[in-house]
Amino acid sequence: MARQIQSIERAAAILKLLSSGQRRLGVVELAQYMGLPKGTVHGILVTLTHIGFVEQDRATGKYQLGATVLRLGNSYLDGNELRNISINWADALAARSREAVQIGTRHDGGALIVHHVFRPDDSLQSLEVGTVLPLHSTALGKVLLAFGAEELDDVLTMPLERSASRTTVSSRDLEIELGDIRTGGWAGEVNELVDGQAAIAAPIRDRDFVVGSIGIRGAVERLCEPDLSLRRGLVTFVLDAATAISRELATPSPNHP
Amino acid sequence: MGNERFIAAIDQGTTSSRCIVFDARGGIVSVAQKEHKQIFPQPGWVEHDAVEIWKNVQEVVQAAISDAKLGVADIASIGITNQRETTVVWDKLTGEPVFNAIVWQDTRTADLVRELGSPVGPERFRERTGLPLATYFSGPKLLWLLENVEGLRDRADRGEVLFGTMDTWLIWNLTGGADGGRHVTDVTNASRTILMNLRELKWDETILQRMNIPAAVLPEIVSSSEVYGMATGALAGVPVAGALGDQHAALFGQTAFAKGDVKSTYGTGSFLLLNTGDEPVQSKHGLLSTVAYKIGDAPAVYALEGSIAVTGALVQWLRDRLGIISKASEIETLAATVDDNGGCYFVPAFSGLFAPYWRSDARGVIAGLTGYITKAHIARAVLEASAWQTREVVDAMQADTGIAMTELKVDGGMTANNLLMQILADALDLTVIRPMVAETTCLGAAYAAGLAVGFWDSVDDLKANWHRGAQWEPVVDPSRRAREYRQWKKAVQRTLNWVEGEGADDPSR
Ligand SMILES: Nc1ncnc2c1ncn2[C@@H]1O[C@H](COP(=O)(O)OP(=O)(O)OP(=O)(O)O)[C@@H](O)[C@H]1O
Repeated sequence: MARQIQSIERAAAILKLLSSGQRRLGVVELAQYMGLPKGTVHGILVTLTHIGFVEQDRATGKYQLGATVLRLGNSYLDGNELRNISINWADALAARSREAVQIGTRHDGGALIVHHVFRPDDSLQSLEVGTVLPLHSTALGKVLLAFGAEELDDVLTMPLERSASRTTVSSRDLEIELGDIRTGGWAGEVNELVDGQAAIAAPIRDRDFVVGSIGIRGAVERLCEPDLSLRRGLVTFVLDAATAISRELATPSPNHP
Repeated sequence: MGNERFIAAIDQGTTSSRCIVFDARGGIVSVAQKEHKQIFPQPGWVEHDAVEIWKNVQEVVQAAISDAKLGVADIASIGITNQRETTVVWDKLTGEPVFNAIVWQDTRTADLVRELGSPVGPERFRERTGLPLATYFSGPKLLWLLENVEGLRDRADRGEVLFGTMDTWLIWNLTGGADGGRHVTDVTNASRTILMNLRELKWDETILQRMNIPAAVLPEIVSSSEVYGMATGALAGVPVAGALGDQHAALFGQTAFAKGDVKSTYGTGSFLLLNTGDEPVQSKHGLLSTVAYKIGDAPAVYALEGSIAVTGALVQWLRDRLGIISKASEIETLAATVDDNGGCYFVPAFSGLFAPYWRSDARGVIAGLTGYITKAHIARAVLEASAWQTREVVDAMQADTGIAMTELKVDGGMTANNLLMQILADALDLTVIRPMVAETTCLGAAYAAGLAVGFWDSVDDLKANWHRGAQWEPVVDPSRRAREYRQWKKAVQRTLNWVEGEGADDPSR
């Protein structure tokens, strides 16, 4: 059996103490409860404060649970909830761009499609909700990678697989591209997942985190300029939709119980 | 914004008033919304302040136009859709309502309705109006006002007051109010008064006489799409050119223009409307006959309507009363953790069974419980309840008309639930289609207003605007569908004869 890490056990004990009983404790009290030297407890508290799990009350100097730990259990945004909140904006994006709209969230090393609006041309299309797209070769996935909390190496456990002529297969190149996406605030995809297809995506945020991505997908001729750069006007539509949904997520409205 | 012009649609709903500005493709340009007070003077009574509603409507129209960075000159016309049956009477000279508006849900007319029916029963006026006598409809609400507001009957006889549903109230105010406002109601709203002859599209003299309602208070019945008048005030010069009751507007917004087209709106409750073409169909299965719409001078198009009292409300009940879920959308997540209902069925006959049963003695049941059932099975049974209730209305519609449906167009808040949409396709054995613009109610009002001023030339133009946003095909094995429907019907049987002393009725309860 693997060795237990003592400092983590002690940190957990502090969190338990702070979540029960009086909920606000000073260093001395905590040290007494735990039978540990004040210095040791203080060191753990400094670390927990640093990562937002614990907060120190300025007036009294006592410690309490931080906002981050309080949100741990419910910060996960359900894909169905995301669809409920986004549905009208996704419709509007499809209407303005005349392209199919998809919304993705992180799932098992891929981007899970949680919502899909057909391209408004009445051609035969089928609902792709439930499909998992690769992260490195799709605009939806690259947004999730670029704004995700994890290190790229931890996410990309498998070799980057080529599925089209312009798929990024070197993780160094991907790192550089993700940097650009963070700077620009949106991701593009041209002949990367499937030849002939292009996509544009932007991040959906709740108050603190990127919880998903929204984008459009369609033929390269429609989404790109002749030089294969993505059409600026379409990028703006995608960014507008992402901003509108993010605003809604940050300030829950009574319309979305 | 150059030469491009837009249509403003007002949705005067039960809880709020909204305005949406649409472009020529039927795309949403801006939205503004404001809630109004719900007034509950005593159990069973629900009122609105009509003056507050008129103020809110003016505000949201202004807000929507300015949010879109447009001016009044950019608006080609205004359309209205409204909560149906809600009744207001006001002073012709001052524009002051004589009483709060009585809302469709209000049941104060229950005794009145029973008296009106006797000795024939609630079907007394069905032949003429397409409706059974029930508390919802506005005629009995008007009668209640005439009998209970002091001096009102005399003033009505002297022609000093005007009656209307919310479309009438808004059109009268928009077109000048006491200063020349037009006193009209569109055929679809008029068809919910139980005072209009469904074939002639005129106030029915016989019924007016029986109910003792003076014709002088009634608005002129007009089509759903024509210029009623020019707006005055802040919107001066904009034609007010379309009006449809909310469910009729949703049908119109879904471009369900062909006989056999059917739509279902999934909100707190659900409403199915089936286009039956230019002839009203008398239902033998507890459905209502109503006018679907009438465009200008063209003949009226009729519809059969079936309503389901509890669909989204059951999801809310699970959330607020049982606490099994914390958000409406969570029901899909929970229900998706199981492949079937584990044999359990939930019939939400919270206040009896409606179409096609009409049994007020029924109460809700969860049938088929075993030790194996989890909350996930119950969540699934809740979604299936919406689907099976829809199936029963669809079956009734097919039995009444012989029309074989192939697809169901859906809209409303519950259509965000993909699992429900699949369950629906499976239960109905029909293709289920969600349009790209799910705001079909406002869109329908905009379409009516746009057609009247030539913003759109024909219903074909409108059809070109309609696009499917998503589509679900039935995939379930037919024998499983048949078995589950049988089980559902057994569960329905178990709701009956619960409340003592009540039996088969009487849709008015
Ligand atoms: N994802 C979902 N799954 C199941 N039910 C849902 C979901 N989202 C919303 N609902 C239900 O849908 C209803 C809200 O839909 P909607 O806003 O169309 O209804 P409404 O209040 O009747 O409409 P309106 O206010 O426009 O008259 C609620 O009863 C809610 O429980």
